[in-house]
Amino acid sequence: MFGWLTQTAALAALNLRSLPRRPGTAAVAMSGIAALTGVFAGVLSMASGFEKTMDGTGRADVALVLRSGSTAELNSRFTGEQADVIRYAPGIARDAEGEPEVSAELFWIVNAVGKSSGTEANVALRGIQPTGYSLRKDYRLAEGREFTPGRFELVVGRGARSQFMGLEPGQTIRFGKTEWLVTGMFETGGSVFESELWCDVNVLQSAYQLGNGFQVVRARVDGADGRLQLEEALGDDQRLSVDVWSEKQFYSDQAEDTASLINNIGLPISILMGIGAVFAALNAMYASIAARARELATLRAVGFGSFPTALATLLESVVLAFLGGVLGCAIAWFALNGFQASTLASSFSQVVFNFAVTPDLLGRGIVAALIVGLVGGIFPAVRAATAQVTSALREL
Amino acid sequence: MARELIRLAEVSKNYRKGRELVRVLEGISLAIEEGDFVGLMGPSGSGKTTLLNLLGGLDKPTSGDVEVDGRNISNLSTGALAKWRASNIGFIFQFYNLLPVLTAARNVGLPLLLTSLSASQRKKHVNTALQLVGLADRAKHYPRELSGGQEQRVAIARAIVSDPPILLCDEPTGDLDRATADEIMSLLQRLNRDYGKTIVMVTHDPRAASFAHRVLHLDKGELGAAPEEIH
Ligand SMILES: Nc1ncnc2c1ncn2[C@@H]1O[C@H](COP(=O)(O)OP(=O)(O)O)[C@@H](O)[C@H]1O
Ligand SMILES: [Mg+2]
Repeated sequence: MFGWLTQTAALAALNLRSLPRRPGTAAVAMSGIAALTGVFAGVLSMASGFEKTMDGTGRADVALVLRSGSTAELNSRFTGEQADVIRYAPGIARDAEGEPEVSAELFWIVNAVGKSSGTEANVALRGIQPTGYSLRKDYRLAEGREFTPGRFELVVGRGARSQFMGLEPGQTIRFGKTEWLVTGMFETGGSVFESELWCDVNVLQSAYQLGNGFQVVRARVDGADGRLQLEEALGDDQRLSVDVWSEKQFYSDQAEDTASLINNIGLPISILMGIGAVFAALNAMYASIAARARELATLRAVGFGSFPTALATLLESVVLAFLGGVLGCAIAWFALNGFQASTLASSFSQVVFNFAVTPDLLGRGIVAALIVGLVGGIFPAVRAATAQVTSALREL
Repeated sequence: MARELIRLAEVSKNYRKGRELVRVLEGISLAIEEGDFVGLMGPSGSGKTTLLNLLGGLDKPTSGDVEVDGRNISNLSTGALAKWRASNIGFIFQFYNLLPVLTAARNVGLPLLLTSLSASQRKKHVNTALQLVGLADRAKHYPRELSGGQEQRVAIARAIVSDPPILLCDEPTGDLDRATADEIMSLLQRLNRDYGKTIVMVTHDPRAASFAHRVLHLDKGELGAAPEEIH
């Protein structure tokens, strides 16, 4: 017990001391592992950042009414009469004047030019009613003023403004045939709404000749069973065929869809890179034991055992991988943490979010690196331990 | 009459090279007494290194027995042989085989890592060994900072540091000039005479062989006394 532990420690120290003598292969292995770790942590932090944004969206006490079968606001549709039926249904909270707290909205897609990409992307232009502001959690006008109802004016979310061109307050921007004045910028605590542009829903109807149509009705529900009450009432109504969602549930479902999409693309890439990194580690370790074959044989002749020799080789590989992993994590942290990106979400519009490189994700990156080091080190370790001492001593 | 330390009985060693069977040693029998200094000569490829490896437990005979200090080492497992080597054999190679990343002192201390000695005890032993080979002042030097003769002396210090009874030398002066070779030979002679080390030394150099008590000749896998044997 004592014997092979000290032997392994001594041999591992020797291995690591000789690392700088082979900077080439060691650097290749380390950068391969660093790249793997960086991409792996990057993909995970992208998914988690996106999920964080989506999960931060939506209130449990707000109901989202969509046409039956619609899983997105985009493919839902109501007439004005249907929207009015929903507005006065039971289960909806009322404000101080006794008016239902409802915002019937349109979710329209317009094209804006991305600042970093320079290409056009889909941006959500949402028509809201005056109650629409207060239905959003943590809504705050951060700059300028809100749009004037009846005018071609809009307020932009913080994320939309930072990702797309022409959305500075005071600027005008053309969507289709109409010019819009940007009157201000709002925040909603980092949620998805910050990726949107908001205008008066009636103005949006006339701009795109949508008649008196809507796509979604948002309503604050009254009390704990308000949503159920609303759902029952609307379900019984022959004039409607709708689904009632909890707004919170709606967005967290969407978050899962897109996050799993990111993971589904990212994980195969990570696995491919992992295989590449294993071969780089394998190559580095074979080079290491080939370069030191005589030294290892001399140590064996002196009396060092084959098991400690194998273990020390494995340890060298794992240390190499650990260093690569730390490098990759550092790169992911400095390059990606808080990095803002946008992606096409299941709403078919760009959702702006920040990468969230958390200690937990970095830990997973390091674990991936260590696995690569272990797998890449096993065969070289076996070779180091089973090499013929007499042949290795013969070679010059 | 000193006691017998090493005994080879009908030892043969074959290597398989593809389909061909290479018979390197055939039926070698040999006895070496404690405190003996044996020179081993013979043409290149005659099996001298192979014989030395069998004596030192680095390799196993195809048939026959190698007995050291009354113990048959031919049947020991690889792990047991490694342990046995650590306490019984000191190897000295033609090209020294020092580890370039370690200082002279650390190279010498390597075999002591296989013992249960404390760090301070190890240091003492290393100093003693380095003093014995006359290199106490070079303890902190790396092999690349030493001459060939000095490197070989460090290697000798490494071979004796754990005080094994047997030293096996494979052409220890093969890479050295004449004067340096003489120094190394005097050192080995001193280890034999004053410290009782039993030495088996492979050499091509008759001058080096003249330091041995007796010289054996290996040719075509068979052993014989050298015609020019020196007493
Ligand atoms: N592992 C091996 N496989 C095949 N042949 C070997 C092996 N080791 C040594 N030999 C052969 O054994 C013979 C003796 O080698 P060796 O003992 O090194 O000779 P010497 O030391 O006398 O020059 C040589 O012909 C060599 O090619
Ligand atoms: Mg030889």
